[in-house]
Amino acid sequence: MQSLVYILPEIFLFIVATVLLVTGLFLKNVKLINSLAIFSLLVAVILILNQPFQSAFLNSFVVDEFSLVLKVIILIGSIASLIMFVSSKDDLNINIYEFPILIIFSTIGMMVMVSANDLLAMFIGLELQSLSLYVLAALNRNSLLSSEAGIKYFILGALSSGLLLFGISYIYGFSGNTNFNLIAVNINPESLGLIIGIVFVLAGLAFKVSAVPFHMWTPDVYQGAPTPITGFFALAPKIAAMGLLVRFLFNSFGEIYIDWQQIIFFISIASMMLAAFAAIAQTNLKRLMAYSSIGHIGYALIGVACFTDEGLRSLLIYLMIYLIMNIAVFAFLLSLKRNDGYFENISDLSGMHKNHPLRTMLIALIMFSLAGIPPLAGFFGKFYIFVAAIESEMLFLAIIGVVASVISAFYYLRIVKIMYFDEPKEEFDGSSIKSLNLLYYPSSILIIIFFIYPSPVINISEYAIQSII
Amino acid sequence: MSEIPILSILIFIPVVGIFFMLLIRNNDDQSSQNLKHTALWIAFLNFIISLSLLFSFDLNNPDFQFVEKYAWIESGISYHLGIDGVSILFVILTTMLVPICILASYESIKFSVKEYLISFLALETFMIGVFCSLDLVLFYLFFEGGLIPMFLIIGIWGGERRVYSTFKFFLYTLAGSVFMLLAIIYIFISTGTTDVETLLMYNFTTNEQLILWIAFFTSFMVKIPMWPFHTWLPDAHVEAPTAGSVILAGVLLKMAGYGFIRFSIGIFPDASEFFAPFIFSLSVIAIIVTSLIALVQEDMKKLIAYSSVAHMGFVTLGIFTFTVQGIEGGIIQMISHGIVSAALFLCVGVVYDRLHTREIARYGGLVSKMPFYSFSFMIFILASLGLPGTSGFVGEFLVLLSIFSINTYFAIFATTGVVLAATYSLWLYRRIIFGALIKDDLSEMFDLTRREIIIFLPLIILTIFIGLYPKPIINIIEPSTEKIVNQIKMKLD
Repeated sequence: MQSLVYILPEIFLFIVATVLLVTGLFLKNVKLINSLAIFSLLVAVILILNQPFQSAFLNSFVVDEFSLVLKVIILIGSIASLIMFVSSKDDLNINIYEFPILIIFSTIGMMVMVSANDLLAMFIGLELQSLSLYVLAALNRNSLLSSEAGIKYFILGALSSGLLLFGISYIYGFSGNTNFNLIAVNINPESLGLIIGIVFVLAGLAFKVSAVPFHMWTPDVYQGAPTPITGFFALAPKIAAMGLLVRFLFNSFGEIYIDWQQIIFFISIASMMLAAFAAIAQTNLKRLMAYSSIGHIGYALIGVACFTDEGLRSLLIYLMIYLIMNIAVFAFLLSLKRNDGYFENISDLSGMHKNHPLRTMLIALIMFSLAGIPPLAGFFGKFYIFVAAIESEMLFLAIIGVVASVISAFYYLRIVKIMYFDEPKEEFDGSSIKSLNLLYYPSSILIIIFFIYPSPVINISEYAIQSII
Repeated sequence: MSEIPILSILIFIPVVGIFFMLLIRNNDDQSSQNLKHTALWIAFLNFIISLSLLFSFDLNNPDFQFVEKYAWIESGISYHLGIDGVSILFVILTTMLVPICILASYESIKFSVKEYLISFLALETFMIGVFCSLDLVLFYLFFEGGLIPMFLIIGIWGGERRVYSTFKFFLYTLAGSVFMLLAIIYIFISTGTTDVETLLMYNFTTNEQLILWIAFFTSFMVKIPMWPFHTWLPDAHVEAPTAGSVILAGVLLKMAGYGFIRFSIGIFPDASEFFAPFIFSLSVIAIIVTSLIALVQEDMKKLIAYSSVAHMGFVTLGIFTFTVQGIEGGIIQMISHGIVSAALFLCVGVVYDRLHTREIARYGGLVSKMPFYSFSFMIFILASLGLPGTSGFVGEFLVLLSIFSINTYFAIFATTGVVLAATYSLWLYRRIIFGALIKDDLSEMFDLTRREIIIFLPLIILTIFIGLYPKPIINIIEPSTEKIVNQIKMKLD
């Protein structure tokens, strides 16, 4: 019974989701349900902040600084996508009350993921999260693209879960434990089976964070899913999977880091380079953002590959900045609307600075930030990553990182170019984006003024990592 | 330490100005005029404040003055500002050129005026920041940050091939600079600080120095620019609006020269000594090759752009002699080039505004229609080729003097550059100004307006003043330069 107290936020959200599900059946007011969902997520944030640090269920579920910070980040991401949903539900044909509920279920899954300290808890969290996401991707039943995205995501996701489970069984077989800490104690560095297990689990997790070579689903799902859901994909699940990856590798296999480090090393380089080149050819903004997020995950993985405090700290800083930038980008994408139609092609942005000077200026700055140009926030994310890489003498990773960032600057600049240098098209709607402004302006201002006072983000990251190392 | 954080004020006045500008409407001619006036006054205010630096600057103190230091990112990386004799003139050059640029854009910028002025003010912030920062991360922040407004200035208000040029400019410079970023991080990790004052005292091993020096060099080489990485410059200059070219030639190129003096030779003296012959060779090649290229240009801006590369060759020659004369010469050459080439681009802008072409062959015989213009143009052309009595002479002379004392061969080759400079400059002048006025469309040309005279007057005065009486300038530069040279000597021994 005692253990139940430690998963209070999760239980709370679960009850809320169930109640909302029943309420929604009778009360067809999507907006109200959405607002209640946002409210309960906020309550969950408060509950998380007031939780004692403990481990529950025989140490298979831990509540510590790391999980606290990541949970709050994830909840912010979920809240942001609910706000995006409410601003666009009517026009996107997704006026369905299940949306906020599925988001909550998925969020619970992610909260379990970042707290999981056991292979089984990890798998449960991962599946709860993924199943909700499969449904979400296919939410727009009338759209062929959306259904395709859902099916594709489901099939590939199921495959990756299979790989993951296979890896888990190997690890259990060769170490005799499922608990991360116990695996670490009983580890046999010589065991080949364990390595195979790690490889399969990493393949499964790499799929979830969409790192190359397990990234193929990303562009299609990003493009097919309705934009608020794409935003959700980009924001929360990757951060959760990253947290899980860190805990899995650091807690249980810290001793044999040499073995997994090279895998992370490789997928990090592959993600950065592939994303940098592949994004150049994109014409659809959501596909472009898919490749952009693959690239960003590549950078974040450098932080994991370092296997140092510094690396972990830089990873968290990077994820936070990544979250803020993506909130801004997707809020911007949703504001590209004219006569109830949404625009996703890069060429639709053409010359928009004539009609929307302020909005364009901010999004241009966000593009520069994504490209990592100082003095914007994105630069600091990369800066810390490179500091970590060079400190752990991974100069090669750092060099590939900067080269990839120069290449990727090209496609971010291309967006700026189209917005500023090309001939203007018709105006976009300005009125329907009131609730988006709530996301758009604060996040872009945070990105711009980040350099003045970066210490909060750094302190939070330092606070978070103390429970891992 | 002075009580008022004057450098921070200088850096952030344009930012405050940007907020003001954002509040001003921009929907008709009247309001865009208001915007221009506001921006001009903000920039001018900044200029006046920067002049107060000159008055409270202690000439006998070779150390950094007006120092400000606050904790910033974490221990070791702080918000550290300060200027000495090397940097003060660049700060003033910047604050002087920005109002001139804004004034020069009064007529030529027709659309998106607000964004244009905001870009310029943002650029001013970054440029002043570069010359004031005494922390490598802060320096990098300002150094790279300037790319954003410049990218927009060339890309939005530029000429026909503006997209190509601005991408080339941005990616070239970014690619050069990221290695400097890695070097800065390496320095941070191995010494625990990026504070320039501390690093100037720090001794890196020779191997470290060689690698770090190369990393810094890639960045500065692209920015200054040195042959063979200069190709972005003519493109950027040609396509940029007049004011963009002015600020590019006037200040942005100097950031790299300043970087060479402050960081390359200051922090990595062994490596600098090792690479000096290499730099000399590149500089001499740059001087001769780009001068020859300048000779065959059809486009006025391109010609001046290539001449900039040649002039910057003198700067690097001077800096890497490690003599007081050479470094002083380099600095004065940079200041002078900042004034003169800026003025030359303005001269091109004047005729471009009237005829909308930069092709040299389209002009000829302007002297009969535009006497004042011809006069100002002549002064700047003569200063550009280094005629005694103009500012161009002082710098070139000092540089050549110092290089003669190091290596005669390089000096001889460099001197041929002076001859070539005279050739292409005077030929340009002859083709545009002299001859008979036979082309029909030129009969519509009119002389300088009052606004243009206001722009040119301070530049003419400065050019001649520095040329005739360089003593005050040298007085400012000398103590700090001597200190730098002594430090290098001490470290090398």
